[in-house]
Amino acid sequence: MEDSEKKAPSVIDRYFTRWYRTDLKGKSCEDHCILQHSNRICVITLAESHPILQNGRKIKNINYQISDGCSRLKNKVSGKSKRGGQFLTEFAPLCRITCTDEQEYTIFSCIRGRLLEVNEAILNKPDLLLEKPSTEGYIAVILPKFEEKSKSVTEGLLTREQYEEVLTKRNQQEEPC
Amino acid sequence: MLSLKEKDRPIVGKLLCAGCCVRCVLRFCCVGTCSAYRRSYELLAFISEESSPQPHDASGEEKTDEPPNKRLRIDEGSTEGSVTAAQTDSDICPVCLGVLQDFCDPTFAKQVSDAVKNQQYEFDSLVLTVSLPAQLSVREHSCWLHVKKEIREKSMCLGKEDVIQVKDAFKWAVQGKIGQELGAAVLANVSSSCEVSVGFMHPETEEDCHFLANTCPDCFKPTKNKASIFTRMAVVKALEKISEEKFSRHYPCPPKKTNTRCTALDTTCLHTSVFIAGRYNKFSRELPQTPWVIDGERRMEGSVEELIAAPLLSSFRADGRPFAVELLNPHRAKFNRTEIKQLQETINQSSDKIRVRDLQIVTREATSRMKEGEEEKTKTYSALIWTQKAIESTDLEFLANIKDLKIAQKTPLRVLHRRPLAVRPRLIHSMSSIYLDRHHFTLKLCTQAGTYIKEFVHGDFGRTKPNLCDLMKTNADILELDVESVDIDWPPAIPD
Repeated sequence: MEDSEKKAPSVIDRYFTRWYRTDLKGKSCEDHCILQHSNRICVITLAESHPILQNGRKIKNINYQISDGCSRLKNKVSGKSKRGGQFLTEFAPLCRITCTDEQEYTIFSCIRGRLLEVNEAILNKPDLLLEKPSTEGYIAVILPKFEEKSKSVTEGLLTREQYEEVLTKRNQQEEPC
Repeated sequence: MLSLKEKDRPIVGKLLCAGCCVRCVLRFCCVGTCSAYRRSYELLAFISEESSPQPHDASGEEKTDEPPNKRLRIDEGSTEGSVTAAQTDSDICPVCLGVLQDFCDPTFAKQVSDAVKNQQYEFDSLVLTVSLPAQLSVREHSCWLHVKKEIREKSMCLGKEDVIQVKDAFKWAVQGKIGQELGAAVLANVSSSCEVSVGFMHPETEEDCHFLANTCPDCFKPTKNKASIFTRMAVVKALEKISEEKFSRHYPCPPKKTNTRCTALDTTCLHTSVFIAGRYNKFSRELPQTPWVIDGERRMEGSVEELIAAPLLSSFRADGRPFAVELLNPHRAKFNRTEIKQLQETINQSSDKIRVRDLQIVTREATSRMKEGEEEKTKTYSALIWTQKAIESTDLEFLANIKDLKIAQKTPLRVLHRRPLAVRPRLIHSMSSIYLDRHHFTLKLCTQAGTYIKEFVHGDFGRTKPNLCDLMKTNADILELDVESVDIDWPPAIPD
């Protein structure tokens, strides 16, 4: 067997499809990556172009309390059908992240569905989000609403190719992120 | 020979006046011998003896008993003049609504048997179950109250429980003929046999029960669908609660006669499930255990489940994973050793992707032993691991020193769509490794049953902690996974 740095497809490559939402709520470059498992469960992560991951930023605080009445940490699901999970629309906030330069970013659900869990590991170790945004630094796990056709969940989301086109266009226009 | 005695006479008289059929009379006289219920014309002779003080005609059995019939009619006070054949009552019994009359004839028994034969079941024994309309309990209760005094005078210790139930009388009357027609023994309880269900309904009297909803409302729970709240159980419960006095106010004792008799529902058959167990080996990495279907779309052809269950065959050699299959409502349940071996061969020849051995019929209880094994036993695996960082063989030595490592696994994302979200504590009992090259090695693990090995290796987004990536301080992934052994001694090995 040859030496390989990363030849074999990763866990994500094997099981997931990458979808993207860019410029969330009109905010430049605030891109999210939705990892859709073959069993339709979705993991919300920061896309590699998200501002938080640029320019060596550090995270000061991550807050799952998105309003007076709602904390994503209080989410509780039970049973196989995951009853009790907080219902999310595409623009439901998952958490607010404040960086050391006082910049504040909101991370959004991007899909309609039931919240299964948020990543509590990043509360204790925010660096996980910076170092491994696609794996251990994930934000949340969501069970999408549409069960009949997993395709309709991804309506309005960009494929990997479309996302890369957006990035190319940005570079050409030299938009600062 | 006579089941009825002098002291039964007052009971018999009252019941005949009310229009009861012969078998119902026997029931309320607490006659418990099965044979008494079989042939109605003999019974009529007995009854007519009892109801009349005249000495019986010794040769009167086989004839169409006109005189006894006429005597019956006179006793009943009926205005119908015509005499019918001794075997059938033209009046429908107000207590059993005909169930113990025409439906006890050989013709109906043959009908039931033919229906069973059409459904093509194979069995040595069967159980007969009868379902009666709920209002029969009301009529039974009414009749009981009607002759309670006379029954108590016959013997103080007799109660409602001593009255033979309609179900039992019916079974005693027909089971001989049914067993004969089907060439099978009719058993009293369900063991490994076929259940033949006969049902009756009587729409005309469905409202007989309704008064109970007013007198004993707490016995009747509202139902979700449009099903009637007057279930048999609820009606029986209400009858136990209601006082005699209240009952008699709302319902006539004895029960009123009806214009129609019961109608028989279709005869249905149900065979108790057969369990087949064995051990299998899977030789293809592209074969899922169960059919892989997402949103109605098949993702991969074939599965272990389908290969074993569809034909059901066998194989030889080596330890394999135990499995059990429940076959619902089999039309045929008896297989001998040779036939099972044949089945095992057919499965193994159908595909080279799996091999089955030790195939055998087992009991339902035995399958729970296999499930216990899932919780309590250990399993040994062999996995091909890839590491992102380059490794030397010395980097793997520490793995052999880890004993009983505690890990916490959140439900893996790959099964989260069909399992509840939970954190599972598990033990990795021991590990050993074989160095292959700078980015690969074989990892052998002995773990507690129920451990998700793949997630232990790659970490599942950090949701299994600690994981192999943490231990080896590098990204790692699993390329192949084999089950080496499942340490449970079930099912018993079958010598070839």
